[in-house]
Amino acid sequence: MKHLISALVENKPGVLAHIAGMFAARAFNIDSLVVGRTEDPKLSRMTIVVVGDDRVVEQVRKQLAKIVPVVKVQDFVGQPVVARDLMLVSVTAPPEKRPEIVSLIDMFRGKVVDIGQKTLMIEVSGPESKIEAFINACKPYGIKSVARTGTIAMPRQAKIDD
Amino acid sequence: MKSKPRASAPTTKTGAQIIVDTLIAEGVDTMFGYTGGVVLPLFDKLYDAPINFIVPRHEQGGCHMADAYARVSGKVGVIVATSGPGACNLVTGLATANMDSIPMVAITGQVRTELIGNDAFQEADTTGITRPVTKYNCIVKDISNLARTIHEAFHIASTGRPGPVLIDIPVDIAVSKHKEDGPVEMDLPGYRVRTSGHARQISTAAKAINKSKRPVLYVGGGVILSNASKELRALAEKAHLPVTMTLMGLGSFDQTKAESLDMLGMHGSAYANYAVQECDLLIAVGARFDDRVTGKIPTFAPNAKIVHIDIDPASISKNVRVDIPVVGDAKEILRDLAKEVEYQERKEWFERIADWKNKFPFRYDSASKSIKPQYVIEEICNQTRNKAVVTTGVGQNQMWAAQFYRFTRPRQFISSGGLGTMGFGLPAAIGAQIGDPKATVIDIDGDHSFNMTMTELATAVEHELPIKVVILNNGYMGMVRQWQELFYGKRYSKSYLSNPDYAAVAGALGAVGMTVEKKAEVPCAVKEMLAQKKPCVVDFRVDREENVWPMVAAGKSLDEMDGLDILESMA
Repeated sequence: MKHLISALVENKPGVLAHIAGMFAARAFNIDSLVVGRTEDPKLSRMTIVVVGDDRVVEQVRKQLAKIVPVVKVQDFVGQPVVARDLMLVSVTAPPEKRPEIVSLIDMFRGKVVDIGQKTLMIEVSGPESKIEAFINACKPYGIKSVARTGTIAMPRQAKIDD
Repeated sequence: MKSKPRASAPTTKTGAQIIVDTLIAEGVDTMFGYTGGVVLPLFDKLYDAPINFIVPRHEQGGCHMADAYARVSGKVGVIVATSGPGACNLVTGLATANMDSIPMVAITGQVRTELIGNDAFQEADTTGITRPVTKYNCIVKDISNLARTIHEAFHIASTGRPGPVLIDIPVDIAVSKHKEDGPVEMDLPGYRVRTSGHARQISTAAKAINKSKRPVLYVGGGVILSNASKELRALAEKAHLPVTMTLMGLGSFDQTKAESLDMLGMHGSAYANYAVQECDLLIAVGARFDDRVTGKIPTFAPNAKIVHIDIDPASISKNVRVDIPVVGDAKEILRDLAKEVEYQERKEWFERIADWKNKFPFRYDSASKSIKPQYVIEEICNQTRNKAVVTTGVGQNQMWAAQFYRFTRPRQFISSGGLGTMGFGLPAAIGAQIGDPKATVIDIDGDHSFNMTMTELATAVEHELPIKVVILNNGYMGMVRQWQELFYGKRYSKSYLSNPDYAAVAGALGAVGMTVEKKAEVPCAVKEMLAQKKPCVVDFRVDREENVWPMVAAGKSLDEMDGLDILESMA
């Protein structure tokens, strides 16, 4: 089962290495890991997507919490959350195909962010399933490259207490 | 966070001076370490510091010394090493301490800040290399953080589930100057330790104990680390519970008491293993359900409800599913738990245990003409009246020491449990003797374990430490040979080496050396060894193919022990 784990960590050198090292040493699999600053310059938030049964994920949560510069760990499983990915995708788009592609982009509420001679760069954000669906929809035109952020998440109902 | 007293009035100091002053403010009076290029500024300040400084012959030895010093004294062990090779040589020692949760602070020198990452001379990514083998580590790149970081290191090392903390200090930080202004506040927003147990969980555990007909207390090194032996004994007496110990827990409960089931696990006593398999309640305290203890997990303690008292939440339900977890300090929880338990006679249960004890005690062939290693240990135990501090190597020597020396108090048995580090015994004996100068300290070692770090004998001689080294010399890596005998058709692949004349080696290094080849000489040799004021090495030429019994082979259940028939035949 997929778990979204959110960890508030001290914004210090070595913290990412510490966390990545722990995952490797304990043979936990990371699906995605996103780090970014928070409103407090001393803290960063990591959103980690982990796949595993409840016992494995429970260990992940405890082992994360044990790392000294990790301030707080939450597992969002079973909670209503807003989870988002951001993707940039470069699609082969000869002029005659562009209207078709643009209407596809509109359906996914994406944006064209760069126009080349033969390609369009498109920005799409949303839950992972939407991102996957957009990739599938673009495949017939030819995908040049994809860059994704991985998932970030926040619980609904303003249950934010840190 | 609590503030630490300033070492002295606000003045401008070099980083090296700040290190020394902060260590002294932390109460450090003994340190271990080896000098080198980038730690020269620090060693210059140590030249006239009021610190007893022990230089090993190799950084690994120094690290084990600091570790054993901590195990014996309960204080934080401190080790210093230079950058690159010095720091790399600490890795085994740090991993040893980390697996056994021993409070240590390691200070390593690093190349100048602007050279880091350039493959400079004697540069190694010390924090990168040691991160998985320490509780915490960091590099100090700003001198204004130096004193705080050292205080934090001591706090982290010694609280919660203890462990080694490493601080890497570039040489330019050690020589630059800083004006200290005001007391140092720790800043550890991510580090909180829960010490008192949840009251309702404790009550639930107490009710389970009161209801239990066949309980077993299973205690580990956490009880020793938390100085909870008194509370353990009080609980065991009040509720009338039999106690079994892990290798790391030996000494936490007096083994001369009838309630002691001695060690459990792979080479544990048959009575402990049977009791665990038949109990209806297993109360684990400061133990982590290691694979050497549990055997095959799905059939471990199959009839038992499990209570687990531990300060590390990550230890709970990691290997074995726990029914009643209690997170906190063993000392506090055992004290609170004792208030709520009642005495139960449990006549049938204790009779059953007594039967197993009578039927399957630890035994060896005492009629044998050759020197049995177990006999040597039994003789040492008798002559020291269970009072010596015993360190060990790893393998058969370690298991026999655990089986045949009967420990009566905590901090008496010093052994590398989790990592199983061969070569630990001699440097550990040195650190233990320094940590407990009045104790009789005996390293019960194997020939190949001793080979790994015997150079430290020179350190013992230099500091005139009256340590004793007992080499149970069978000419093999004994435990490996035992496994090869049992599981690899006696193909003794690379498990023996030619050994030197240990008595001669000891003599050349300035220690006393003896060789014992006859069984009849054992008591006299032990007596003579114990009377020595100098470091003393006794090479006992023991039975070469003696095995450690009983044995739960890997993947077997605790009650599927091999060797019980052999033990019975010796009765």
